[in-house]
Amino acid sequence: MVHLNPMPTLTTTMTDIANSAPDESVRAPRAVPLGLARHGFQGRVDAIVVDGDRLGVSAAEIERRLLELGIVEGAAVHILHEGPIGRDPIAVRVNGTTIALRRREAMAILVV
Amino acid sequence: MTAIDTNDWRIALVGTPNSGKTALFNALTGSRQKVANYAGVTVERKSGFLQTISGHRVNLIDLPGTYSLRGRSPDEEIARDVILGKFASEAPPDFLLCVADATNLRVALRLVIELKRVHRPMLLVLNMIDIARRRGVDIDLDKLSAELGVPVVTSTAVRRAGIEDLLRRIDDIAGKPAAAIAASEWTAPAASDLRAAQREADRVIRAAVSEPAKPDTWTTRVDAVLLHPVWGMIALLALLFVMFQAVFAWAQPVMDLITAGFDALGAWTATVLPEGLLQSFVQNGVISGVGSVIVFLPQILVLFLFILLLEDFGYMARAAFLMDRIMGGAGLHGRAFIPLLSSFACAIPGIMATRVIDNKRDRLTTIMVAPLMTCSARIPVYTLIIAAFVPDKPVLGFLGLQGLVMFGLYAVGIFSALAVSFVANHFFWRESATPPFMLELPDYKLPQLRSVLMNLYQRAMAFLKRAGTTIFSMMVLIWFLASFPRPPVGATEPAIDFSLAAIIGHWIEPLLAPIGFNWQISVALIPGMAAREVAVASLGTVYAIEGGKEAVEQVGHALADKWSLATALAFLAWYVFAPQCASTLAVIKRETGGWRWMWITFFYMLSMAYIAALITYHAALALGLG
Repeated sequence: MVHLNPMPTLTTTMTDIANSAPDESVRAPRAVPLGLARHGFQGRVDAIVVDGDRLGVSAAEIERRLLELGIVEGAAVHILHEGPIGRDPIAVRVNGTTIALRRREAMAILVV
Repeated sequence: MTAIDTNDWRIALVGTPNSGKTALFNALTGSRQKVANYAGVTVERKSGFLQTISGHRVNLIDLPGTYSLRGRSPDEEIARDVILGKFASEAPPDFLLCVADATNLRVALRLVIELKRVHRPMLLVLNMIDIARRRGVDIDLDKLSAELGVPVVTSTAVRRAGIEDLLRRIDDIAGKPAAAIAASEWTAPAASDLRAAQREADRVIRAAVSEPAKPDTWTTRVDAVLLHPVWGMIALLALLFVMFQAVFAWAQPVMDLITAGFDALGAWTATVLPEGLLQSFVQNGVISGVGSVIVFLPQILVLFLFILLLEDFGYMARAAFLMDRIMGGAGLHGRAFIPLLSSFACAIPGIMATRVIDNKRDRLTTIMVAPLMTCSARIPVYTLIIAAFVPDKPVLGFLGLQGLVMFGLYAVGIFSALAVSFVANHFFWRESATPPFMLELPDYKLPQLRSVLMNLYQRAMAFLKRAGTTIFSMMVLIWFLASFPRPPVGATEPAIDFSLAAIIGHWIEPLLAPIGFNWQISVALIPGMAAREVAVASLGTVYAIEGGKEAVEQVGHALADKWSLATALAFLAWYVFAPQCASTLAVIKRETGGWRWMWITFFYMLSMAYIAALITYHAALALGLG
């Protein structure tokens, strides 16, 4: 059994989203970065927004790499594991595939 | 190996990482494989031959695993160029055999949709279909084929039946008279193209796959332990312990046997050949040269057996996951962990194991720092000096001073490896991109023994053939330096005193004097380039001590008389860093595909060795230990 275990600051946000009727065509106003979500979090990818280039890797490149691993809008995500130090990186189930990524990159994945 | 015939069908094997592509390649081609490099680059080119049911011969090329044709790494660029027929020395493939893991279709089908734009004849193989069926995934092959517009066949790679069906389909497709092939429409996909392709792939899956893949319960249960923040780390450490135990315990008897065998062979030639140059060349140049290469083979085989098994099982990606944060602090990739750890046994298999790191920059950093890990060849040097100079007195009541110094030398090695990679990342790689850490954690699979053994064989041959030739020629060079010119008749000093090595030793002595090295050390360092442990024997030679290994204690006594403590400590500091290993340098050259990184590693290690010895020597003098 998987339980929802978001970070304390996100608790209200998550409950609100769960209660509100999801509309996939519009960006959910309460979308949060996957990089902040905790172990056990389940949701859907709302948008992929990379905020700027990072040490020579362009935002567009990070976006394409995420997309190539099947992380697209609408995909179901579920945080299965967290790394032993600083809860980083995270292992995320994305529609049947498990992907490991650092929270830094996961900040670009907005989830509801 | 069979020559390539222009009548052969050229088929390229394409697929995402973890699609079981290599296992399928091994199943299809068996022993008819050839491993080489692509012309002008260091990317490995694997190809093999197979026969279809109709008897037509196929030249199958196993392309590096790729998520798209964008060419994000040198490996992926090769895959793209070969598929597009742009690679100068490769004829374009007649058709593409695209491999997908039947339990994980989403990412694979997106690649298939991208590949369709190349307009080459294509066949999609659903690999590991048995596992998918066992998990209740029901794939309508006709529907999948119709929706994708690509013929689809299933296979299990382990079973012959699936392979025969695949061969029949290759006959069907490649045997057709070649229709005019449209020019490739492929362009590097933008984010919007990738999104559209993934949506299309998801639509195809909804149409053709009745039961979407549920998480594998076995994988989930194993991961609950192996990726657990506490148990996972304990399991990783336990695994490493077993691995190292195996490397030292299993390989050691075989290594001793090899050493004994080559020693016996050398002794035998001494009885057969007349004393003189030829005897010395055969015994000290050829036989001990070849022996010093072969002796690494058992350790390499054991290490690679573990690495290949863990890779095929799906654990390597998990080890990278657990270690990423720890390694990341020094700017290393999580995947650098196993290669660096292997380097405690010997830097050679460690450097060879860096192939699991797909990013070139991360791989080069790892290769550069791997020789700083305290390898087993340093142990004889350390124990000799420590036993001769460090008093065996207790520290804090329960720790031995000698053991503490040994531990300190290991710690300095680890610390400096991390420091060097940190510096490399922050100063030398600033311009190039920090690769993001994103990787798939594949479902666990039982490794296929046949495939593992074939890969192990290829690694062993690669080491013996290519590194062997370079290492061997360096050994012969070192023998030459230590043997020529010959001593004059009636000379009483050791022969090495008259050799080129001695001339070079005397020549570099002024350079080494500031770090407390006398000319005997300078001379011993020349043959000591062959391998670190050779320094013990060559110090024995220059101090005119006969008797080889049994004389180690005597060498220690001689050194204790003739060296100051400051010199001994400087010598230890030197050995932490010095690139005193021709084999490692040869492997760096081979693995990086050129001299450049070998020289960079050589000079940075030499500089560090000199500076460390200089500081140690003068600090020791200042403390009155001269």
